[in-house]
Amino acid sequence: MTFRSVSPVSQEPDEYRHTLFHYVLAHADDNLILAQRLSGWISRAPDLEEDIAMANVALDLLGRARMLLDYAGRLEERNRSEDDLAMFRSEREFTNLLLVEQPNGDFAHTMVRQFLFDSYQTGLWERLCDSADAMLSGIAGKAIKEARYHLRHSRTWLLRLGRGTEESHRRTQGAVDGLWRFTAEMFETTENDREVAKAGVGVDPATLGAGWERCVRETLAEAGLEIPVDRFARSGGRSGFHTEHLGLILAEMQWMQRSYPGLDW
Amino acid sequence: MDAALLSGVGLVTGSQEIRDLVAAVPDPELPWVTIAELGVLRGLRIAGEQAVVEITPTWSGCPAMDAITDSIRTVLREAGFGADHIKVHTRYSPAWTTDDITEEGREKLRQAGIAPPRKPAPKPGGATRCPLCDSPGVRQVSEFGATPCKALMVCNDCLEPFDRFKEL
Repeated sequence: MTFRSVSPVSQEPDEYRHTLFHYVLAHADDNLILAQRLSGWISRAPDLEEDIAMANVALDLLGRARMLLDYAGRLEERNRSEDDLAMFRSEREFTNLLLVEQPNGDFAHTMVRQFLFDSYQTGLWERLCDSADAMLSGIAGKAIKEARYHLRHSRTWLLRLGRGTEESHRRTQGAVDGLWRFTAEMFETTENDREVAKAGVGVDPATLGAGWERCVRETLAEAGLEIPVDRFARSGGRSGFHTEHLGLILAEMQWMQRSYPGLDW
Repeated sequence: MDAALLSGVGLVTGSQEIRDLVAAVPDPELPWVTIAELGVLRGLRIAGEQAVVEITPTWSGCPAMDAITDSIRTVLREAGFGADHIKVHTRYSPAWTTDDITEEGREKLRQAGIAPPRKPAPKPGGATRCPLCDSPGVRQVSEFGATPCKALMVCNDCLEPFDRFKEL
């Protein structure tokens, strides 16, 4: 799969390009890993419409990952393609958020994970539309329109499940309690983030936290769900330290290319 | 890549005949609509033996872009361009919107039983009408359909299910 773009790669000093490479790669990994996770629902969703909806969201995330991986590949010297970056990096080289690698669990669990991520992505892409980097702002201009559809979908489900039966409420609250510990990581600022934000190219994640929290609090309150009191937080994904789940995702996702490098159909 | 070949958006006529061939490339999922009618074709420039085509993706998740790229290359190969002289580039900005679909494209969608997207995206006016009986009494079953660009609808009057092209 080749998805070449016309926007020229900026002629910045090597060190900055290296920083930008890692910034773009981290966001590509978020989308790639969640796309892989969501795809696990295909043929297993509660109803046909939802099966199609999750497959569609997964495809959008995969498309977004491809644009970002392709750009990342052209920022580095090694000339790696989007496929090389997706299929031939190991666990420690992936810098996605821990949230997106968490198992699907039941439907409520998947929808809560999706809602927490969608509300974060909406804020992120809105801001990246103003990036000084033409490529990133171009991708953001596409991504934001789709992210709003995704957020409306996951938010609707949260309201429906939270205010549904006793069972759906219990499961959804359980998912919020279980996943909340992975949310603070979205707003941690790495050294890379700081550099890229300073250049007007990236967004400092810390500045996205307040808007995200407002959106999430509002929806959870409307759904009759509570934010856990325990503020224990996990992080490490952005530095390549993952939960045990990522290795298993990669084993499944990369197996074919690792066994038959360059295989095409 | 020759930057001079890529400047500007919009169709640049090199040869009317070749331009028409590329513009007529169909969308693989909606084969009665061409890439020009969908607004996917952003530019075409012929300079000597070189052909440079610019396209823009619709939904990020649309796998049709790869097929469209292949079809453009095939058409240009058949028109006599060497494989090394054909460049198909993807342009993200300005982002594609359903407002880029031409009136002709909209009419073709309607005739195929797909309610065309309303204008202007993203805050469209007017109601979606059933493409089969023209009734405004329709309801949405799911905002996600058989392809990323469509939603599932049903008509309250003729009771037929139909697809609606989502505004983007």
